[in-house]
Amino acid sequence: MADTQQLDSIGASITEGLGNAVLSLSVIAEELILNVERNSIVKTMTFLRDDVNCQFKQLMDLCGVDYPEREKRFDVVYNLLSMTQNSRVRVKLQTDDEGQVPSVSSVFSSANWWEREAWDLYGIFFSDHPDLRRILTDYGFIGHPLRKDFPLTGYLEVRYDDEQKRVVYEPVKLTQEYRNFDFLSPWEGIQLDLPGDEKSSSELDDVKLKKPND
Amino acid sequence: MTEQNIKNFTLNFGPQHPAAHGVLRLVLEMDGEVIDRADPHIGLLHRGTEKLIEHKTYLQAVPYFDRLDYVAPQNQEHAFALAVEKLAGMEVPPRGQYIRVLYAEIGRILNHILNITAYAMDVGAMTPMLWAFEHRELLMEFCERASGARLHMAYFRPGGVARDISQELLEDIDKWADGYPKMIDDLEALLTDNRIFKQRTVDIGVVSAEQANDWSFTGPNLRASGVPWDLRKAQPYDVYSKLEFDIPTGKHGDCYDRYLIRMYEMRESVKIIKQCVANMPPGPTSVDDNKFAPPSRENMKRSMEALIHHFKLYTEGYHVPAGETYTVVEAPKGEFGVYLVSDGTNKPYRCKIRAPGFAHLQALDMMSTGHMLADVVANIGSVDVVFGEIDR
Repeated sequence: MADTQQLDSIGASITEGLGNAVLSLSVIAEELILNVERNSIVKTMTFLRDDVNCQFKQLMDLCGVDYPEREKRFDVVYNLLSMTQNSRVRVKLQTDDEGQVPSVSSVFSSANWWEREAWDLYGIFFSDHPDLRRILTDYGFIGHPLRKDFPLTGYLEVRYDDEQKRVVYEPVKLTQEYRNFDFLSPWEGIQLDLPGDEKSSSELDDVKLKKPND
Repeated sequence: MTEQNIKNFTLNFGPQHPAAHGVLRLVLEMDGEVIDRADPHIGLLHRGTEKLIEHKTYLQAVPYFDRLDYVAPQNQEHAFALAVEKLAGMEVPPRGQYIRVLYAEIGRILNHILNITAYAMDVGAMTPMLWAFEHRELLMEFCERASGARLHMAYFRPGGVARDISQELLEDIDKWADGYPKMIDDLEALLTDNRIFKQRTVDIGVVSAEQANDWSFTGPNLRASGVPWDLRKAQPYDVYSKLEFDIPTGKHGDCYDRYLIRMYEMRESVKIIKQCVANMPPGPTSVDDNKFAPPSRENMKRSMEALIHHFKLYTEGYHVPAGETYTVVEAPKGEFGVYLVSDGTNKPYRCKIRAPGFAHLQALDMMSTGHMLADVVANIGSVDVVFGEIDR
């Protein structure tokens, strides 16, 4: 697995190669994270795949994350793997309901279904996608279920109707309201720093994690 | 003679066809008996796992991982446990790590038994399934003895494992591991040189190394295309770096190579299991942090503090420091990843599950175009799809 030093050097060659397409680059907990501008994603992915110092030849994952309180509410997260460097990079960009994210399915064929999934679950629109249909939800489904404002119980339920001899859709009827137990309390959980030992890690601005064999 | 326009034929395959390995609906555009385009329709088993996990505490999320790839549930839990441990900065004690690796390899054999034999059945061989399922049952008994559940173990918890295992169980696993290679030999005798099996698999669904990378292949399917890549070696987690095993790779990337790789991997898994049993260290199985792992039952009867910890852990759950991670394990089907975003509360903010089967099934169109209808069945079987993880 790549260590922090190697990730730093990969990060340096990325900033050099991509220039101002990179908004920010950081190494947090031994993971390289790259924030880019929405419209430069195809350029970024092509560079990461083809550059000799990167060779992130595999797109491992693509997903959306929803932050409804933000102006651009969605993150699109791409996880890439380089087998030659034995390292990973995470590329992130921000987008909103209306904006279009250029599809990277021309760079990685496997992005096709993951982009369909992000469209289905979050309503993130990918431009130039060859076949942007819903993928996981039902035929004719309305809404984007993984958005934070979509209720866990959904809006419609199905059952087989014996009189009509077919499956019918009805509004959800719950015999008991969904109960969200809010257990949050001021109970402090795990503390990474020992009490009284805060100084030891105060120089680092990112989250300090214990390394194995420490 | 009049010229006739022959229209392409569209065939609906599944979702209740036994060779569809679950609930795959496949729309095939066919030119005679040759596939022009294969369009898998997935999502018939979609249960909204990711949404549900966002509404549960970290510990309550563990059983959902069992129900993804229900053929090898341990390996999914492993990924989630590692992801949470990474965010929380925990390290599992050696015994816990060994037990997890031991059961992860049992999961691998469980998966490969099911895949190889079901695949053999798809292409016409009945006997392997009848023979090998006895061993699957034996392995599930080991799971039951460790966790109480044959299939959905919920055994790998963030911070370690749910409870310790006994010495007798270890000895029984060792005894089983001595006998199992004989079963693999028997299976090989039935299949590896079988003329019918080879006619159905050799040179079918060939995937080159470039294609495999482009379509995000991982696990046995990637190695069958000749790429020597295994996360247990390349990015070892838990105690894999201390164990000795080999990574088989194929040459042709066809259905037959994918079968051979899985056969070979079972032998390697037996080797790992034997090493785990032999090297199993004594000691605790979970982290010694009562803010994260529950106290022992014994302790709870005497200590008020332990009782409070237990109560808080099973109601509110622990808080995981804010951060994000993409943590992967080498599941039997390939790279199983968890992209976990924590906002510092007791519930995951986002938990994206990267299922290997999702990428493999996506490539079915590429693999099947130009092949005959019967070869689609061989392709589906050889890429090893389970809809629990694909549909989530």
